[in-house]
Amino acid sequence: MASHGIEIKGLYKIFGANGRQYIDAIKAGMTKTELNKNHGRVLGLKDINISMPAGGITVVMGLSGSGKSTLIRHINRLIDPTYGEVVYDGVDVCTMSENDLREFRRHKTAMVFQKFALLPHRTVIENTVYGLDIQGVPRAESFKKGQYWIERVGLSGFENHYPNQLSGGMQQRVGLARALTNDADILLMDEAYSALDPLIRVDMQTVLLDLQAELKKTVVFITHDLDEALRLGDKIAILRDGEVVQQGTGQDIVLSPADDYITAFVKEVNRGRVLQAKTVMKPFDGLTDGVRLAGNTTIEAAARAICEASLTRATVTDPTGAPVGTLDLHTIISAMVSPASSEEARIAAE
Amino acid sequence: MATCNFLPNALCSFPAISDASIREARKVIDEGFKSLVREYTGFIDTIVQPLQWFLNFLERLFTNSPWIIVLAVILTIVYLGSRSIRITIGTALGMSFIGFIGLWNDAMITLAITTVATLISIIVGIPIGILMARSDRAQASVNPVLDVMQTLPSFVYLIPVVMIFGIGKVPGLIAVVIYAVPPMIRLTNLGIRLVDKEVLEAADAFGSSPSQKLKNVQMPLALPTIMAGINQTIMMSLAMVVVASMVGVGGLGRNTLQAINNQFFTFGIMNGFALVAIAIIFDRTSQAFGKRLQKHSEVVHG
Repeated sequence: MASHGIEIKGLYKIFGANGRQYIDAIKAGMTKTELNKNHGRVLGLKDINISMPAGGITVVMGLSGSGKSTLIRHINRLIDPTYGEVVYDGVDVCTMSENDLREFRRHKTAMVFQKFALLPHRTVIENTVYGLDIQGVPRAESFKKGQYWIERVGLSGFENHYPNQLSGGMQQRVGLARALTNDADILLMDEAYSALDPLIRVDMQTVLLDLQAELKKTVVFITHDLDEALRLGDKIAILRDGEVVQQGTGQDIVLSPADDYITAFVKEVNRGRVLQAKTVMKPFDGLTDGVRLAGNTTIEAAARAICEASLTRATVTDPTGAPVGTLDLHTIISAMVSPASSEEARIAAE
Repeated sequence: MATCNFLPNALCSFPAISDASIREARKVIDEGFKSLVREYTGFIDTIVQPLQWFLNFLERLFTNSPWIIVLAVILTIVYLGSRSIRITIGTALGMSFIGFIGLWNDAMITLAITTVATLISIIVGIPIGILMARSDRAQASVNPVLDVMQTLPSFVYLIPVVMIFGIGKVPGLIAVVIYAVPPMIRLTNLGIRLVDKEVLEAADAFGSSPSQKLKNVQMPLALPTIMAGINQTIMMSLAMVVVASMVGVGGLGRNTLQAINNQFFTFGIMNGFALVAIAIIFDRTSQAFGKRLQKHSEVVHG
C-alpha cells in the first residue's frame, strides 16, 4: 500500500462554545491567558503547521497540557478543529462528510490508546478483529488476519484470554495488534507506551521499530518522554502550550535546541545514543585507516567500535560504502558532553 | 385559636375553593373521563386483546400441565441460568414447599403474570432507557414521569386503570408494569451512560456507526447494570401482584388479600412465604446468570 503523508496546515482549536469567533483575535495576537480570562475559552492549539512524512514516524512531544493529545485527535477528527486543515492524500479530513469520515477511519487510520481501551467482554482475538468486524469482514477471514498480528506482537497462546487476565504491557500488545489488523496506512499512537513500566516500554518501542521497518506506515506517535521521541522519531515536533516550538530530526533538536525550554529538556538526554556519526563527523581527510562505520551509527557505538579495535579514529561511509567523513575520539567525546552553553541555558530557563 | 384573633380570617384558615366548586369540578372531570373511556372501549379492548391471550395462554399452560413437568422445566431453566447446583436444589425445595401447603395452582397463576409483566417491562423499558441515554432532553422529560410512577401510591393509579380497562387480569398486569418498569428504564439509562469514555472513543476511532457502537460496546458493557434492572423489575412485580389482586388478578396475591380481609393469620403467612420463595428463586437465578455473563471481568491480572 502506498503511503501518503499528512499535512497539518494552520490548525487552531479553541475549546468552548463559538470558538470560531475568537480566531481573528488570536491571529491578531491575543494570548491564551487573555482568551481564558476575558472570554472563558481555552486555546487548545494555535497555528499548528506540521508536515508528517509518508512512511515515517512523526513524534509529537510535549508535557501534559501542551495539546499533543488534542492534536492527534484532529487527524482522525475525534475532535473537530476550530480552524485549519488536515490534508491526507489530497483530501481535507476536516471537511469530510460523516460517511466519508467513517470510511476514512475504517480504512485509512488505526489508533492505539494510552489506557488501551480494549473491550473487556471480548477475548484477545475478538478485540484484535474489532476494526474488521466494524468493516463487516466475515470472522473466518478476520480471525486469520487477527491471528497473524497476534503472533507478530508476541501474544501467541493468549488468543482466548480476556484483557483483564493480561498485564498492562500485554494489553497494549493487543491494542497494537488491533490497530495493525486494520491494515490502515495511518497509525495513530496516543501516548501508547506512557502507562507501561520502563523496561516494557523499551521492549514495545523495539516491537514498533521492527514492524515499521517492514510496514512503512505513516505513524504519528505522541509522548511526553524525549528519550522515547528520539528513539522512535524520524521527525519530532515539540509542543508547548498548544504551539509548535521546534520541529526537525532528533539530531537537529539535540544539536541546536530552539530555545531555553527545549535546551533544558535536551540536557537530560544521553547524547551518545542519539547523535549519529554523520552528524558530528569532520570532513573526510583522505585517510582510510581505522574502523569503517555507517553514517547512522550512534557515536556511542562508534566509540565502542574504535576502542575495541584499539584505534583512535574511524572512517564514516555512506550507504554505498564510499568514505564521507572522519571521526576521532576527541570529536566523539566533545559531542557526547553537553556543551557548556546548554548548562547555562538550563539555569537561565529555571 | 387564640392567636387567630389578631389576624384577618384569610391568613388564619387557608382560603380553599368552596366545597361546591370542587364537587362540581370533580363531577365534570370524572364524567368527561368516563365518557371518553366509553367512546374508546372497543379500541382499547382490541389493543390489549393480545396481552389477554398471552396471559391466558401462559396461565393455562402453567396450571394445566402436570406439576412434575412444570417443576422439571423450572429446575432446568434455573440450572441453565445459574449453573449452580445449590440454587437448583434450593428451587426444588422452595417449589415443593409451595406444593405441599396446597398453593401450587395459585403460585402458577402468580408466576404467569410475573413472567408476562417482566417481559413487557423489558420490552418497553430497554428502548426507553437507550433513548434516555442518547439524549439529555429525553432524560430530562422522562425522569419526572418515572418519579411519579414510583412514588404515586399504587391505589391511585389503579382507579384510572380500572376505569379504562375494567376489572380483570389485564388491568392488573398494566398496574404491575407501571410499578415495575421504572428501575428497568433507569438502570438501562445509567448503565449506558457509565460506559467508559475511552472505549467509546476507541469505537469511534475505528469508524463504528452509532448502531454498531450500541451493539458492540454500550449494551455489552452496560449489561451488568441492565441485569440489575431486570432483577429489580422482577422483585417489584412480585410485590405488586398483591396490590393488583384488588382489581382481579388471581393467585397468591388474591389469597393474601382474602387473608387480610378475614384476619386469616396462618393463610396469610403461607401465601406470603410462597411469594418470598418465588422471589428468592427469581433473584438468585437472575443474579447468578448476570454474574456468569460477567465472568471475563472476574479474573483480574495481579
